Amino acid sequence: MTGVQGFLDQLGARKQLDAEPSWIAARRQAGAARFEAVGFPNRKNEEWKYTDVSAIAKQQFALTDNADFDRAQLDAMMLEIDAYRMVFVDGVFSAELSSLEGLEGDVSVEPLSQALASNHEAVGGALGRLNNVDFSAFSALNAAFTAEGAIVRIGRRVALDKPVYLLFVSRKQDAPVMTHPRVIIEAGSQSEATIIEHYIGEEGAANLTNVVSELFVEKAAHLVHYKLQEASTQEFHIASVHIEQARDSHYRSFNLNLGGSIARNDLVAELNDENAVCDYYGLFFGRGRQHMDNHTKVHHNAPRTYSNENYKGILDDRARGVFNGLVHIKRDAQQVRGYQNNANLLLSDRAEIDTKPELLIYADDVLCSHGTTTGQLDERAVFAMRARGLDEAMARGLLTLAFAGEVLDSVNEPNIALRVERAVAGKLPDRFNLQDLVEAQDA
Amino acid sequence: MLEIKDLHASIDGTEILKGINLTINPGEVHAIMGPNGAGKSTLSAVLAGNEGYEVTQGTITFEGEDLLEMAVEDRARAGLLMGFQYPVEIPGVKNVYLLKAALNAQREARGEGEIPAPEFMKLVREKLAYMKMDNSFLQRAVNEGFSGGEKKRNEILQMLVLQPKLALLDEIDSGLDIDAMKVVSQGVNSLRSEDRSILMVTHYQRLLNHIEPDVVHILMDGRVVKSGDKTLATEVEDRGYDWLTEGSVA
Ligand SMILES: Nc1ncnc2c1ncn2[C@@H]1O[C@H](COP(=O)(O)OP(=O)(O)OP(=O)(O)O)[C@@H](O)[C@H]1O
Ligand SMILES: [Mg+2]
Repeated sequence: MTGVQGFLDQLGARKQLDAEPSWIAARRQAGAARFEAVGFPNRKNEEWKYTDVSAIAKQQFALTDNADFDRAQLDAMMLEIDAYRMVFVDGVFSAELSSLEGLEGDVSVEPLSQALASNHEAVGGALGRLNNVDFSAFSALNAAFTAEGAIVRIGRRVALDKPVYLLFVSRKQDAPVMTHPRVIIEAGSQSEATIIEHYIGEEGAANLTNVVSELFVEKAAHLVHYKLQEASTQEFHIASVHIEQARDSHYRSFNLNLGGSIARNDLVAELNDENAVCDYYGLFFGRGRQHMDNHTKVHHNAPRTYSNENYKGILDDRARGVFNGLVHIKRDAQQVRGYQNNANLLLSDRAEIDTKPELLIYADDVLCSHGTTTGQLDERAVFAMRARGLDEAMARGLLTLAFAGEVLDSVNEPNIALRVERAVAGKLPDRFNLQDLVEAQDA
Repeated sequence: MLEIKDLHASIDGTEILKGINLTINPGEVHAIMGPNGAGKSTLSAVLAGNEGYEVTQGTITFEGEDLLEMAVEDRARAGLLMGFQYPVEIPGVKNVYLLKAALNAQREARGEGEIPAPEFMKLVREKLAYMKMDNSFLQRAVNEGFSGGEKKRNEILQMLVLQPKLALLDEIDSGLDIDAMKVVSQGVNSLRSEDRSILMVTHYQRLLNHIEPDVVHILMDGRVVKSGDKTLATEVEDRGYDWLTEGSVA
């Protein structure tokens, strides 16, 4: 059975939590009811106008309960970084593949199931606070299937020495599966941390990953959040990321999308008190028939809050992209600054982008701007570079990389930058050759 | 070095070059002069491999190879480099990166390995100093926001790093102040050697005082109507071009 009922039928197969708390049961029921009531979004739904999810609705997805995955294969796929790592295989936590050694002090990094089992009340305040069942049909579905995920709590004044690396692996199997992870990040006041959410998959994996993340950035906390999506080009990837920011907090998001058949990201930030700063950097690179949709929202709910957004889209072949960015400034949220920029590069005649910036401003003393451009590579520049001896692929690669540069240059994790560079530019000399140059220059 | 025979080329169906013959031997410096619209830039573009032009007749041999069969990048790697009349801005691509990628492409074509970074930087700094450009130019995007004169210096800087066998310089003197003219000319002169050649397009005798040509050609309406030594340039400067067509008609 497919369609809404097909998804609901899977609820019975869902792994029960041991002694499921009643509020979780209630959430799951509310999610299921909501999903049943609204069904999958269609194009009449303004938020989904350009993204057709019927391929998801038509598919039957099972649930899995094992996290078997070859260690060596994982090593070859994951980022080579020194980090506190939690690994989920088709949504199932693998203690074996994870590595949390050395984690000490007022920090906890654990699978959601474990956190619920040990003290579910401590999870209750956060889970669902920013993303209730009514955000979207997929959020409702995620709530209905609440079971697993990651919860990271960073105590007051803790500066994490290493990033927290949340790795989600999607396996290729005979029948596709679905996973509905929930990620909760609590960055305590004055804490500093980097979180990396990384989605990868075996080639040909055609599963549905439907993740909801809720991030709480407390007073004066600094949180850098990478979301690197490198799933297979058959994967369905739906993500909702919700951020709540307190006074003097700084949140910086890198939403980097390279994979997926359909990849949809919703980012919603609530800037709730003065001097909260939110930076949204995004890059999506689609090829073949990939469809990449980014919907971002920043709500300036308080005066003197600041947001800065820069999204770059690169589309080749018959790929399609959607960018929808909302900057909302509440009444009386004076002296707000909100900048938004979206630039898109179409590498083929058949690639398409739909872009819609939206400004909703209800205060009068604000500084806001937005701009969106779509263009092609400058053929004169391609020629000029070839006329210096660079082959065409490298010339185009360098120019494409230059286009992505404004976003990539801000990426402070070299391994992430390198992956994106390689994907975007194809054959290129190593970034580190360039690094050498810069160092030799400065010496 | 370079042999052009009966070259005809057109753009969008309009014939611009109407039978050019030109031979450049190793070590020679040739200058091409001629009125606006004569086809000087078209000739340079055809030599560099710009695909907007269609060669309808004739041959070009460069170092014994059929140049017209070579891709743009292969021409550059083989040592034929074009200094553009209007250098293109390449936002986001650092000058230093283009230089390094270009030099390595050339080395790779010769079967040599990548140049080590310190050696490369030493070379580039030396050439920068020669062109009286400061180091900050390396970290700037290629030609982006450069003044007209800086763009021309940058073209020569690339030549100095890449050491072409044949440098094609299209109006390298336009937009240069007197000091820049000296620097650019010095740069070009430093390229001169027994086995390197230069083909430069100019409107002014002034450049030729700095870079003395062995041969001067006058190009008019897609043909070389007269060739001679450097005194031809002085003559053109004094008398203009009309006498040449009158001469050829008579
Ligand atoms: N796309 C085009 N279609 C038709 N004619 C063209 C096209 N592009 C160039 N031309 C013509 O080709 C002729 C030669 O141009 P070219 O740029 O080679 O002249 P030039 O000798 O370099 O002139 P200048 O001294 O002004 O630089 C000009 O008459 C120009 O108008
Ligand atoms: Mg010209």
